[in-house]
Amino acid sequence: MAEDAALQIDDLHGFYGESHILHGLSLAVGKGEAVAIIGRNGAGKTTTMRAIMGLLERRSGSIKVKGKETIASPPEAIARLGVGFVPEERGIYASLDVADNLLLPPKLADGGASLDEIYRLFPNLRERRRSQGTRLSGGEQQMLAIARVLRTGADVFLLDEPTEGLAPVIVEQICTVIDGMKKKGHTVLLVEQNFHVASQLADRHYVMEHGRIVDVIARSELTAKLDRIRALLGI
Amino acid sequence: MSTQVILGQLLVGLINGSFYAMMSLGLAIIFGLLGIANIAQGAFYMMGAFFSWMLLRWAGIGYFPALILVPLAVGLIGMAIERLLLRRIYRLDHMYGLLLTFGILTFIQGLFVWLFATAGRPYPVPAELRGGFDLGFMFLPAYRAWVVAASLTFCLATWLIIEKTPLGRTLRAATENPNLTRAFGVNVPALMTFGFGVGVALAGAAGLLAAPIYSVSPLMGGDLVIVVFAVVVIGGLGSILGSIVTSLALGLLEGLARVVYPQGANMVIFVIMIAVLLVRPAGLFGRER
Amino acid sequence: MSALPQAMVARAGWAVLVAALLVAPWLFYPLFLVKVLCYALFACAFNLLLGTCGLMSFGHAAFFGSAAYIAGHAAKEWGLPFEAAMLCAVGGASAIGAVFGYISIRRQGIYFAMITLALAQLIYFLALQLPFTHAEDGLTAIPRGKVLGLFPLDDNMVLYYTTAVIFLGGFSLVHLVLNSTFGQVVRAVRDNEMRAVSLGFEVNRFKLLAFTLSAAIAGLAGANKAIAFKLATLVDVHWSTSGNVVLMTLLGGLGTLFGPVAGAIFFVALENYLADSGLPVQLVIGAIVIGCILLFRRGLVGEIENLLGMLARRSKKS
Repeated sequence: MAEDAALQIDDLHGFYGESHILHGLSLAVGKGEAVAIIGRNGAGKTTTMRAIMGLLERRSGSIKVKGKETIASPPEAIARLGVGFVPEERGIYASLDVADNLLLPPKLADGGASLDEIYRLFPNLRERRRSQGTRLSGGEQQMLAIARVLRTGADVFLLDEPTEGLAPVIVEQICTVIDGMKKKGHTVLLVEQNFHVASQLADRHYVMEHGRIVDVIARSELTAKLDRIRALLGI
Repeated sequence: MSTQVILGQLLVGLINGSFYAMMSLGLAIIFGLLGIANIAQGAFYMMGAFFSWMLLRWAGIGYFPALILVPLAVGLIGMAIERLLLRRIYRLDHMYGLLLTFGILTFIQGLFVWLFATAGRPYPVPAELRGGFDLGFMFLPAYRAWVVAASLTFCLATWLIIEKTPLGRTLRAATENPNLTRAFGVNVPALMTFGFGVGVALAGAAGLLAAPIYSVSPLMGGDLVIVVFAVVVIGGLGSILGSIVTSLALGLLEGLARVVYPQGANMVIFVIMIAVLLVRPAGLFGRER
Repeated sequence: MSALPQAMVARAGWAVLVAALLVAPWLFYPLFLVKVLCYALFACAFNLLLGTCGLMSFGHAAFFGSAAYIAGHAAKEWGLPFEAAMLCAVGGASAIGAVFGYISIRRQGIYFAMITLALAQLIYFLALQLPFTHAEDGLTAIPRGKVLGLFPLDDNMVLYYTTAVIFLGGFSLVHLVLNSTFGQVVRAVRDNEMRAVSLGFEVNRFKLLAFTLSAAIAGLAGANKAIAFKLATLVDVHWSTSGNVVLMTLLGGLGTLFGPVAGAIFFVALENYLADSGLPVQLVIGAIVIGCILLFRRGLVGEIENLLGMLARRSKKS
């Protein structure tokens, strides 16, 4: 996979302080692929995302973004390689209004959505653009979190639980947006607890448990391995 | 008590208030962005005054060029200090920030005492700003009017930049959530260095403005920074306009006290601080940090 | 930190301390030692608040200095004997401590430090105004009197041993408090305040008690200093004195038992050494403090304890 890989992780160990969370994780995401990491609460999925983004204090092993080694890189350097991050907590700034939240992330490359395109995709955001960022509903905040990285021209997207706690209608909208990313040829790495969403969007699924990858399931194998997946996720 | 005297004291109060505003604005930027209570702000104020004096004495460079050069010089020194010293302690408890800046204050004051002794040196009011205006009910010295106008301009310019520009937007974002802001590709560490530079440049500029009024001495910043800390506790660290308004109001109250009860004037701000703490511990405009 | 090296340092420290106190005046100038002991006790008082409540006061000169003035005034103007003057001073410092404590305890960390700084500045300005302090001239010619009504304190050796006893008493009290149930409770409060509150502890009452005690012991040191040197001045209530006690405790080792003592010895000795050189103490101390925070932030005693701890762990492994 190596040359084509947008993201290549080998033997990643990650720590929060003294706690050893990630135990020799390895995964790869090809250019233009959509890959999901699924697993129970506490499996280490968010920690993995943070590690990729350079937000984990102690990590060792190898993380290559578009072929460049980033295990020791600071977050800003990783982002500038063209990575767009949508964190689990959404991270909407309370001290900025919606428009400023949208405009904050700097342009990383050409090809990002223009402000007009964003407002066309997410009309709510235009309406609320002078509201304080955190005054938005959960669904609107999630849209904002995704919208702002669409503007930057990033082509590798890390989405951590983008549909968590949202109403089915909004979940559908978000799936449409992510599908749009895929159609543009962007790379998507998705953490999802909602298996239905993950199975809709992802070409491959990594199953994580206790900080390790325990299985890799291609889309074609989904029906065959459904029972196994249910057992692993505890559904 | 003549109106002239009262208004004169209120003007002094307004001037002090403007210095409080510039200093506390600098403190707020630094505390917000770096999480450091920069007690060395007093040292940068003093350096601003001293650099102005040195420029005039040793290079014949006058007040108006100094308005640009001095804050720039102080800002650069601040950025060097941030990169070399402060950066190493961010991962530690916040108290070490205060201890380190206290050490820096002590060192810089000691350095200037060693080089220049403690006696105050005069700095002349620039020729263009001498004299004043007869307003009928009082005589307004030109330099004092200038100081108030200049400080307010510095403060409002800072406010504008922070609230209305892309740079300010990035600064506010980095203050609220530095890690996420880095994850968007913003070089937050460099921004922090820059922010510290701006914060201390404001103190240096205040020092320059103060030089013709209060003579230039190595210990001039120490007592001032303690008052400014009290001002910051009263106003809270939530809003820029709040800090400016609080500073000016407290300066005026101090001036008023000097008219009504001169022996207590120095203590007014601290007494108000006690009262505010008992009623609103987070400060008047504060947001718990 | 394992108990073994800490206990080792503690026991060795006590032995060294008592022996040193007995022998010192035959080796060093007694008045120099008296100065060291007063500041050492002052630093211990500051450290008590830090060690129990995790609160770093930047205004302890308020208690040190006001006690100096009160003791001086009581001895000179009221003609009170030595013990009574000291008692008045400690009482006064405790009262101010209780009031300041009540106000400042509501906040923690940086805000607490800033508040204590401002409150002490209030005392400084009061001292500047009140007639009995004689402002810039200071309160001079304070009589030393007699200890226990018998031994004249004008004899420097008597003065020294009296100071040593006072110091040892205060130091033992600090040690007792730090290791007592009270000390443990307050430390529990510091480490997890919410838990302590939920367990029913009157958190603020404990903090206030610790604060007041810290102020009282600082007052004891200040009163001792005023009577020993026959002088109480504005410097004793100035923010630089508050800052100095913080810095000397930092250099010696924040939160350690003997750190403040080591720091005080270093500080007073340095001040003495530099007095003739024309180099301001501030310059040297500032540089040392910066270096200390960046490289050896545990301070002298703290780094020694840490080193012993590492050696103990290493010997356990092998």
